[in-house]
Amino acid sequence: MSELSVKHLLGIKYLTEADIQLIFDTATQFKEVINRPIKKVPSLRDITIANLFFENSTRTKLSFELAQKRLSADVINFASSMSSLKKGETLIDTVNNILSMKVDMVVMRHSSPGAASFLSKHVDATIINAGDGAHEHPTQALLDTFSINERLGGVAGKKVVIIGDILHSRVALSNIFALQKLGAEVCVCGPKTLIPKHITSLGVKVETDVNKALKWCDVANVLRVQFERMSASYFPSNREYAAFYGITKPMLDALDKEIVIMHPGPINRGVELSSAVVDSNQAIILDQVENGVAIRMAVLYLLAAKN
Amino acid sequence: MSQKQLLSAEDLRIILFRLACQLKETHGDFSKTVLVGLQPRGVRLAERLLHILQHHYKVADVKLSQLDITFFRDDFRRSDKVLNANVNDMEVGVENKRIVLIDDVLYTGRSIRAALTAIDSYGRPEEVQLLTLIDRRFSRHLPIQPDFCGRQVDAIQNERVVVCWQEEDNEDAVYLVNK
Repeated sequence: MSELSVKHLLGIKYLTEADIQLIFDTATQFKEVINRPIKKVPSLRDITIANLFFENSTRTKLSFELAQKRLSADVINFASSMSSLKKGETLIDTVNNILSMKVDMVVMRHSSPGAASFLSKHVDATIINAGDGAHEHPTQALLDTFSINERLGGVAGKKVVIIGDILHSRVALSNIFALQKLGAEVCVCGPKTLIPKHITSLGVKVETDVNKALKWCDVANVLRVQFERMSASYFPSNREYAAFYGITKPMLDALDKEIVIMHPGPINRGVELSSAVVDSNQAIILDQVENGVAIRMAVLYLLAAKN
Repeated sequence: MSQKQLLSAEDLRIILFRLACQLKETHGDFSKTVLVGLQPRGVRLAERLLHILQHHYKVADVKLSQLDITFFRDDFRRSDKVLNANVNDMEVGVENKRIVLIDDVLYTGRSIRAALTAIDSYGRPEEVQLLTLIDRRFSRHLPIQPDFCGRQVDAIQNERVVVCWQEEDNEDAVYLVNK
C-alpha cells in the first residue's frame, strides 16, 4: 500500500493500475464505514471543499457531498445557474474568488472538455473532475469497475460492453480507460451515428448488433441517451432506439449465461432498459450508487493526504 | 542498529497465560465481553489470548473483533506517510458490551484515543478496558493507562519496541531496537 501518483483526479487516463487498486482497497474500507451505525469519520475535518457544478447534476453532486460529509469535511456548494458567471466573470476568476475563502479542494463539473485540467494548471487547490463535457468522468468509471470487481471477483479478463450513446458520453471514455488498465476487454455498441469514428484506435471492439454484443459479454454497461447534448437527430425516434437497442428481459433470458447489467443513471425506463431488467437481480444499479459514495470518499481521502 | 531481547518465547508464554487468566477473573463467562484487537499488530495478540481462553480455560464463547483506527488517527496529513487502512470486523457490535481493547505496545496513547473514538461509531459500550502486552510507561502524550499489562518497559525516544509472533516473524519474542 502506498500513495496515489497524482495530485489531482482529472481523468482515468492519468492514473496507473496501482492507483486504481489503491482507490479500490481504500473504498472497501470506506464501504464498511458507511454501513456502521455512525457513518462518519473525522479524517478530513480540517479540509474545506467547494463543489462547483457549472452543469446540472443530481446524483454525482449528492454522492460527492455525502462522501465529503462522511469524512467530516466542510462543504460549500455552488451552482452556475445562480452565479456571477452569468454576469461575465471568467472561470479562473470565479474559482480564485472561491479559493480566497480558504478552500483546499475543488470538485468541478463543467460542460467544456479539459476544464478541470485547465483549472489545475492555474489555481492552487486539489482538483477533482466530476465530469468535463464529453471527455471524462473518472469517479463514475472507478465506481463502475469497483462494482464489477465486487460482483465478479475481478476485472481482468472480463468482457465488458458499453451500450448506447458513446459519442456524447464521458462515462464511456473513462470506463474504457479504467477497464483497459485493469485488463478487461472492451466493446462499444450502439447506432453507428452515436459511435465516434476513430474509437477503434483506443483498442476497443465495435458492434452494432446489440444481441451479438450481449452474447459476447460478461457485463453490459448501458448508457443513457443524452438528448440534451444532441445538436442533430442521430436516430429517428425514441421508440425506434428502444426497438433496436433497448434491452429486455427475454433478450437476457435467451443468453446461455447470466450477465451483469449496469447503468450510471438516470435511467430512461422503457428506452435503453426495460423495467423488468432494471428491477432484476442481474442489475447492480443500486450497488453502483452505494459504491459511488465509498469510491468518492477514497478519492477525497487519498488526495487530501497528498496536499 | 542494535537490538536487545526483552522477552523470550517462554517469557511471552507465561505473560500471555497470566493476561488470559486476569481476563477470565474479571470477565467470568465472557457473555457480554468482546475482545477487540487493534489493526494491525494487536489482532495477533488478541487471537493468542482467545486461543488460551478457549483451550486452557475452557471458555466456550469468546467474541473477537478487529478494529482499524486509520480514519480516526490525529496525524493524518501531519506525517509524511499516507495512512493506509486495514480491515475492520466489528460484526459482533459493541452496544452494551464490555469491550477489551487489545494492542501490542502502548506508547503515546494516541492510537488508543483514536480507538476510543472509533468504537463510538459502532454504538455505546457498557465499558471499555485496555490490555497491552508492553507498556512504555514514560512515553505517554495522553492520560491513558492499561487495565491489563504484560510488561512495563522503560525505553527512550529513539528506541523502538518490536513484538514478533511465530505466525508472521518465525519466533515469539520482544526486542528493544535502537533506531
